[in-house]
Amino acid sequence: MLERLNSLLAKIFLIIFIIGTGNLAYSEENKAEFLKNNWSFDGIFGTFDRASLQRGYQVYQEVCAGCHSVQHLSYRNLSEKGGPEFLPEEAKAIAAQFEVTDGPNEDGEMFTRPGRLSDKFVKPFPNVKAAAAANGGAYPPDMSVLAKARKGGADYIYSLLMGYEEAPAGYELDDGVYYNKYMPGNKIKMAEPISDGIVEYMDGTETTKAQISKDVTAFLVWAADPHLESRHRMGFKVFFFLIILLTMVYLSKQKVWSRFSSKREKEEEEAFDKAERAVTEYEGEDPKTFK
Amino acid sequence: MSEEKYVPKTKLAEWFDSRLPLLSLSHHLKSYPTPKNLNYWWTFGGILTFCLITQIVTGIILAMHYVAHTEHAFASIEHIMRDVNYGWLMRYVHSNGASMFFLAVYIHIFRGLYFGSYKAPREMIWIIGLAIYLLMMATAFMGYVLPWGQMSFWGATVITNLFSAIPLIGESVTNWLWGGFSVDNPTLNRFYSLHYLLPFLTFGLVILHIWSLHIPGNNNPVGIDVKKGSNETMPFHPYMVMKDLTALLAFLLLFFAFVFFLPDFLGHPDNYIPADPLITPAHIVPEWYLLPFYAILRAIPSKLGGVIFMFASIFVLVGLPWLDSSKVRSATFRPIYKKFFWVLVITVILLGYLGAKPPEGIYLILARIGTAYYFIHFLILLPLLGRYEKTDPLPMSISDPVLDKPGALDKFKEMAGKYEGENVGTFK
Repeated sequence: MLERLNSLLAKIFLIIFIIGTGNLAYSEENKAEFLKNNWSFDGIFGTFDRASLQRGYQVYQEVCAGCHSVQHLSYRNLSEKGGPEFLPEEAKAIAAQFEVTDGPNEDGEMFTRPGRLSDKFVKPFPNVKAAAAANGGAYPPDMSVLAKARKGGADYIYSLLMGYEEAPAGYELDDGVYYNKYMPGNKIKMAEPISDGIVEYMDGTETTKAQISKDVTAFLVWAADPHLESRHRMGFKVFFFLIILLTMVYLSKQKVWSRFSSKREKEEEEAFDKAERAVTEYEGEDPKTFK
Repeated sequence: MSEEKYVPKTKLAEWFDSRLPLLSLSHHLKSYPTPKNLNYWWTFGGILTFCLITQIVTGIILAMHYVAHTEHAFASIEHIMRDVNYGWLMRYVHSNGASMFFLAVYIHIFRGLYFGSYKAPREMIWIIGLAIYLLMMATAFMGYVLPWGQMSFWGATVITNLFSAIPLIGESVTNWLWGGFSVDNPTLNRFYSLHYLLPFLTFGLVILHIWSLHIPGNNNPVGIDVKKGSNETMPFHPYMVMKDLTALLAFLLLFFAFVFFLPDFLGHPDNYIPADPLITPAHIVPEWYLLPFYAILRAIPSKLGGVIFMFASIFVLVGLPWLDSSKVRSATFRPIYKKFFWVLVITVILLGYLGAKPPEGIYLILARIGTAYYFIHFLILLPLLGRYEKTDPLPMSISDPVLDKPGALDKFKEMAGKYEGENVGTFK
């Protein structure tokens, strides 16, 4: 009875499994696999490449900042540990390039002044509606947490930047809409932003499309997760500590428990032998006489 | 090792304890007799207490910096993540802590199901536990709304809309919950208020849960009553304290692997997009721990029916101590129940998987089969098994030597099988 139940259950599961997985095979949408990169910030020891972040900031500023805000970053973040680590003077100079609206002053008037380290990154548009209106109705998303807000993270952003192609023959595209291999739905309202040589790097790094895309992607990952490095470092310390503590606690536990069991072990050993002897002796006899 | 009564050693202690018996209580907690055969599945109660306290402590700190307003909530979370000292740590511990809390509670519940911990005389522990679980789900759901991302907003919209399925008063109830005519600032505010309140109610219920546990004492893997005052029990401290601590530290390895190395793995990327009432995400999905119920909700063709079945799937568990009429607690001695237990586990995991998929085609069919099995398991199979299942003979006591040696239990069952029909329990 039990065996029949076993095989019945096994059969039912086999059937469900086959239906389930068979269906998965063709229900997955035809999505292109994201391009893979060896990001320096991947993995449990991952850190950012400072030079790449600094270049990435330059790309953001020269290419993206016209439309995309990063409203949760402050200029001081640029010189903080674990980021691009510009020198404080450099970060100050960067901040001072921007006009920040402040006020009201004593006369009740708003005024503009050069940016300071404590200011948030200046937004290209005053609000979402203005941004959408200036971009054919599509709002260029704020990029502060973009790397966390998209499936695939860094790989997605990099792939998207590299994924502009001619639309396949017969593919209908409206004006101001572009074909991108990695965009969900393949239609994107942003024109291809990165091309070879679109920026000029001060440190002499080659300015291929791939290199520029890589740098700006790294910058966006940092912007979304500015404490990534200290998180990884602390995680390593926590694990180191926990493993040692766990070992010691486990050994103490064994020691404490042995106090209890050593007392019993003898008794139980004897009881087991006794029971075994009793069974062998009386096997075949009327079990009721067991004593 | 039965529990000895607390004897005050000093006059002061005696004076104090006769007025407020905290010293007696602390003595009881230390000497509380626990079966010596509790395995590591029994350590999740302690782990869960740790989880609750962690959520409360990190939550209180987050509340010092969070702003419950639709215009500022998202930005205040980013402020916590970037500018507050170790704010990222508090928030990642809190958000991953919720997942770990549910992981532990599911293990705890399934442990109870496997070893029959809900059976007499422990029904009250089980029912209070279910109330805690319900509060946990409500708290987690409202907590997920607070960052005011896309999934926050749309999850809140979907779940609160369920109440509109109630006939006649549905719409008024929904508007009352929202504090308006859609999920908006008043909704966020009240969710925040309740999200702060419910954990303290949970904490109170946890005390009742433990209190009601300390009356009959722990169940154990063999599922038979232990003889109090025998060498079958050991005092909670230091034995169980050390074992619980070992398990907790091992659990923390998993917990912190998520916090430090995969902090956003269990969340949905869309919740890093600020809420926008005008843009609906392609797939609205709850957090992973609510997915099985989401699958049941969508498996039923009518909205009201779905809501009823979803709530019924939890409330059916309240009746479990009476639906499962088998006198044998532990699945170790219930060969057929054991099989169906694992079928149930797989069904719930399958439903969780299906909850994350669109409700169409084969996913919908499987979700319906899974939902049907879930209810059949509790409402039909368990009562039938209680009546017809032939259980294996039970040992006399948990210190029966046959239980300690590898393979000895099988040998015992085999020997006992020879004397079918006899009460093997009389072996001496």
